[in-house]
Amino acid sequence: MLTIDQATHDAIVAHARRDHPDEACGVVAGANGSDLATRHIPMLNAAMSPTFYEFDSGDLFRLYREMDERDEEPVIVYHSHTATQAYPSRTDINLAQEPGAHYVLVSTRECGNGDGPFEFRSYRIIDGDVTEEQLRVLEAYTDVPRKREVPLPPQAGGTPNPTTSELEQ
Amino acid sequence: MAIEVRIPTILRNFTGGERAVDADGANVGELIDNLESNHEGLKERLIENDEVRRFINIYVNDEDIRFSGGLDATLGGGDTVVILPAVAGGSF
Repeated sequence: MLTIDQATHDAIVAHARRDHPDEACGVVAGANGSDLATRHIPMLNAAMSPTFYEFDSGDLFRLYREMDERDEEPVIVYHSHTATQAYPSRTDINLAQEPGAHYVLVSTRECGNGDGPFEFRSYRIIDGDVTEEQLRVLEAYTDVPRKREVPLPPQAGGTPNPTTSELEQ
Repeated sequence: MAIEVRIPTILRNFTGGERAVDADGANVGELIDNLESNHEGLKERLIENDEVRRFINIYVNDEDIRFSGGLDATLGGGDTVVILPAVAGGSF
């Protein structure tokens, strides 16, 4: 399950709408092992394409260095599909290289740059296997950052997530 | 002289979970051969047809080696090598 706060969710959707018809992409970083996506970092799509996205290699380097310095990891890696559904394509699956991340896809095929309907879905992509996961949008995280004592295994399924009440206490 | 090589999460199964390992080489190509001798299988994940794979980025200090000589990019003591898979995808 992906737990995300409403503001971050909305910021990702806004980024996708803004960049339509090109694909938008970015990361939401969080404290190592926390599984809490707290710091939204919209990235430039260096491909500037309606059918492809890629972080610029210099931006990628700086992003990972910054996360490293802050003891963060990419909790969410997101991008938009602007003419197709919010489901990982063959290319997305082949290129997914963050087994610990939640891969979020937003489809703007209906809304375009406007306020219309969108799709927002989350997946684990590990070794070419795609597993869609539940999405839980919270009004806010109330105690952030929150570190787990034991890092999450890089596996989908069976991973304990904090419950809403734990997060809101 | 040992050069620190930072390993991305997805390749840490080749380094026993280590985030960084030491390796030697006068240039990046030699460094990768040296890495391979201690972490078998890693080279194939980085190199294809004697070039860095399209969706792998290798940096010496903070520079992508695509812009500084590729596998011939020279290395010296105190340099840090960072390997990062591209973050990329597409709709098809």
